[in-house]
Amino acid sequence: MTNHWIDIKNSDCILIMGSNAAENHPISFKYVTQAQAKGARLISVDPRFTRTSSKADIYAHLRSGTDIAFLGGMIKYILDNRLYNMEYTAAYTNAPFIVGKDYEFKDGLFSGYRKNDKGPSMGSYDKSRWAFEMDADGIPKMDRTLRHKRCVFQLMKKHYSRYDLDTVSKITGTPRADLLKVYSTFAATGVKGKAGTIMYAMGWTQHTVGTQIIRSMAMIQLLLGNMGVAGGGVNALRGESNVQGSTDHCLLWHILPGYLKTPRASNTSLDAYNAKWTPSSNDPMSANWWSNYPKYSVSLLKSFFADAAEKSNQFGYNWLPKVDDGKAYSWLDLFDEMYKGKIKGFFAWGQNPACSGSNASKVRKAMEKLDWLVNVNIFDNETGSFWKGPGKDPSGIRTEVFMLPAAVSVEKEGSITNSGRWMQWRYKGPEPLGNSRPDGDIIMELGQRIKNLYKTSGGVFQEPILNLKWDYETDGRYDPHKVAREINGYFTKDVKVKGKLCKKGTLVPSFAWLQADGSTSSGNWLYCNSYTEKGNMAARRNQKDAPNKIGLYPEFAWCWPVNRRIIYNRASVDPKGRPWDHKDWVIKFAGKEKNGKYVSKKWIGDVPDGGWYPMENPDGTKRGDSKYPFIMRKHGHGQIFGPGRADGPFPEHYEPLESPVEKNLLNPHRINPAAVVYNTKIDAHASCDPRFPFVGTTYRVSEHWQTGVMTRPQPWLMELQPEMFVEISEELAKMRGIKNGEKVKVTSIRASIECTAIVTRRFTPFTTGSSTIHQVGLPWHYGWRWPAEGTETSANLLTPPAGDPNTRIPETKAFMVNVTKI
Amino acid sequence: MPKSILIDTTVCTGCRGCQVACKQWHNLPAEKTKNMGSYQNPQDLSFNTYKLVRMNEQIINGRLEWLFFADQCRHCLDAPCLETAFDKNAIYRDDATGAVQYTKQTKKLDADEITGSCPYNIPRQAPDGTLAKCDMCNDRIHNGLQPACVAACPTGAMQFGDRDEILELAGKRLAKARKKFPKARLLNPEEVNVIYLVGFDPSLYSRYALADSTRPGISRSVALRRMMGPFARMIQV
Repeated sequence: MTNHWIDIKNSDCILIMGSNAAENHPISFKYVTQAQAKGARLISVDPRFTRTSSKADIYAHLRSGTDIAFLGGMIKYILDNRLYNMEYTAAYTNAPFIVGKDYEFKDGLFSGYRKNDKGPSMGSYDKSRWAFEMDADGIPKMDRTLRHKRCVFQLMKKHYSRYDLDTVSKITGTPRADLLKVYSTFAATGVKGKAGTIMYAMGWTQHTVGTQIIRSMAMIQLLLGNMGVAGGGVNALRGESNVQGSTDHCLLWHILPGYLKTPRASNTSLDAYNAKWTPSSNDPMSANWWSNYPKYSVSLLKSFFADAAEKSNQFGYNWLPKVDDGKAYSWLDLFDEMYKGKIKGFFAWGQNPACSGSNASKVRKAMEKLDWLVNVNIFDNETGSFWKGPGKDPSGIRTEVFMLPAAVSVEKEGSITNSGRWMQWRYKGPEPLGNSRPDGDIIMELGQRIKNLYKTSGGVFQEPILNLKWDYETDGRYDPHKVAREINGYFTKDVKVKGKLCKKGTLVPSFAWLQADGSTSSGNWLYCNSYTEKGNMAARRNQKDAPNKIGLYPEFAWCWPVNRRIIYNRASVDPKGRPWDHKDWVIKFAGKEKNGKYVSKKWIGDVPDGGWYPMENPDGTKRGDSKYPFIMRKHGHGQIFGPGRADGPFPEHYEPLESPVEKNLLNPHRINPAAVVYNTKIDAHASCDPRFPFVGTTYRVSEHWQTGVMTRPQPWLMELQPEMFVEISEELAKMRGIKNGEKVKVTSIRASIECTAIVTRRFTPFTTGSSTIHQVGLPWHYGWRWPAEGTETSANLLTPPAGDPNTRIPETKAFMVNVTKI
Repeated sequence: MPKSILIDTTVCTGCRGCQVACKQWHNLPAEKTKNMGSYQNPQDLSFNTYKLVRMNEQIINGRLEWLFFADQCRHCLDAPCLETAFDKNAIYRDDATGAVQYTKQTKKLDADEITGSCPYNIPRQAPDGTLAKCDMCNDRIHNGLQPACVAACPTGAMQFGDRDEILELAGKRLAKARKKFPKARLLNPEEVNVIYLVGFDPSLYSRYALADSTRPGISRSVALRRMMGPFARMIQV
């Protein structure tokens, strides 16, 4: 989230699309309800009428996988009707930037496309073709009037000119009137002082165009001036309590802690690595915060290797593992490799891929190729017991499986970071049951044993293991405070920074103090400021609000970066530092003024995104000592044009890998030309196949969680939602002769599962042009391991083998199925 | 001052946190259920289920509405079940909270007579004839806590407090709700301590959302006792 949970109450219009917050983030509705009580409008856009829709002022349905068409239509509506915040768009976004002559969009392809016949990636782009035009000083050329024919604004206008209401309605199946209602209601937040927010989740991410769906919304939020303001932002609702924290600390393969890059094989030295990943800007008005990259990377290396990391050995850079250039190591790729027999061992830690992985039969087959599998979980699950699952012959499977029972969250101390980036400390309740142990204990001991093994038995390339700092224990047990201090970081020697003497071993006050010379260590620069000499900031519980009274509660827990509760907040004020919204303001400039000029620096409210002077004085003169508000972007501007994405600088509608339509009505490419589609024998897919005529999607319900490992063994929850079901419309039920509550079979080209049919008015068929398209939906909470008499009912057996080119997240939200009576 | 609960269905999301919280606090066993083609489960209140979110899909004014009704005992000010039982060892009112309480002695009562007397069709019997229903978490209230269902509600659809405070809040919520739901109303607010605010015709939520006058209600003997008033109570002692 750019904003945070409580901030939803400040919104004037809440769009819930690609998520079902009432069911899957029930507490968020505390704030949605508060906003509605103050007059906010709630819009629910979903293929199915959900418990969220039941509380919405406006509900519109759309066919799964057509969100970019829907949002592209909204962009066109905003532009055609001039509903954007012109001042904000021209000053703070890259709409005025002039794009180079090499950029082109033709017949569904951006310039620079290269097809890849080998797979799994279907193709890629030479992104240099999308570069901005630079002036003699190496600063992007801009036209703040937005009139230049190659400026981002005009290119965007041209790009979305094709997304007219009729075309969008034909693609999405959303009636024209509903489109207009949603567009006009949300676009009304473009008025200065109004804020619109988006709450999205996996309904947006899990598509072959997932990243670009979110980009579309980011563009809308920039055009409407909704970024940085209270009640605005782009808000991802995280599906697990600590997904945000685990992502910040590098859960994903392509990043190190704090979103530093995983070194590539071609980054052959620390200098080469830092040079490659440190952006540079010649614009004195661009803070270009990532120019500090080397300070963060060196501090991280110091945290990994402590005293062994010295300038002479590049702070141990060569001990880091490198990934091959151009190769992906995502979830889908790992299981692809495992399926091909190239991976020998696997720790399934706090997860259940046998049910959660797309095309789960492949995952289960892949695990048969392993020598060993360690399942770390609170209960046994379909993953740990995959070898005795439905259709498996245990005598033919040689994988050795170990179960390590883990303590549950309340049995251990530590922090979680919620969707709103709040790091919250939790205390330990009861002792762990039986011989279960906290994850921290398990991983500490694992590390010690590996280190000892290298020490006693030797081995190839020992340095990374032997030099790894691994002293996070107190009295032989994992100590979360030691890890939290390590993450924050400390000075490694007495140094003078900012004119102040910092003693060796003291905690670094914030990331502005980190150095690239080895004098500081920090396990994650983004969390530097979370555990300082003043104490554990995440454990704070002061319930006093900030002076702007918008629910920031700045001394309750701690939030990255540097306790800034709403990021990009310098875009919440006009160039003179005055809030767009005088009532629910986030920050405002409170420095002294003399003769029309600001003469002292002071901001009040939230922690500002950099404490520089505003861009203009009260008399309208420009200041040279200010910075553009989007400080994490190289050029300091919010990106309406996104030249860093794998599949194009503007989002474009493409159909899902499996879809019910032969033709993409917007361009000649049916699916994303850069999509990732796996191609082993078990990766079957079928589009426009009469055997699988209905669109399928997956989701969660309030009563269960994820693959149900924590909820299916819970009788009170099983009482509420006892078994696998498929929701179908009354029209489809009539066509197939299915009665409510009857058992049916849902089949994709990959698998078939038995479900109970819920025949409901909450699904209605889509009318697209002259044809009618039916959609059905299934929860992915079920499996065979719990309850004990369970049968095979994992929805992910049905889902397809394709992913987004930027993230490689699987496309589980749109695929094709059949539904038949048993 | 009796305690009251407001259940504002216009902001209920049907998450059923209340339904589970009730089972958890009272340590009631889960029922073995099946999916019958709806999210609602169990299908009805029972001896082991004091609180049930009823779910109904209705087309109202051409618009689909998914109505949630967290059904439970209303803790009537004049409780027909209590009067019908006429045995305070079996059914009594805790005067400190206004909560109507059932004891194990309900086993000795005529169960059909008691359940038939309830205009909201709430009490349920065990196979041995013992009766059970929501006790308003009377033990929690005496220990300064809210009822478990109220504490679990994420949206603030359920509110708990002194009766006069809750009536005032109900009035305010109703005025607000009317802007969006012109037919919004409170259900029998003068007669019950668990007051529902609904946005549409109450019968669309549940057959017994409003007090049902077609139920047997109180029997002749109870009516007679009522007429005799204090004298009847004396002879009971």
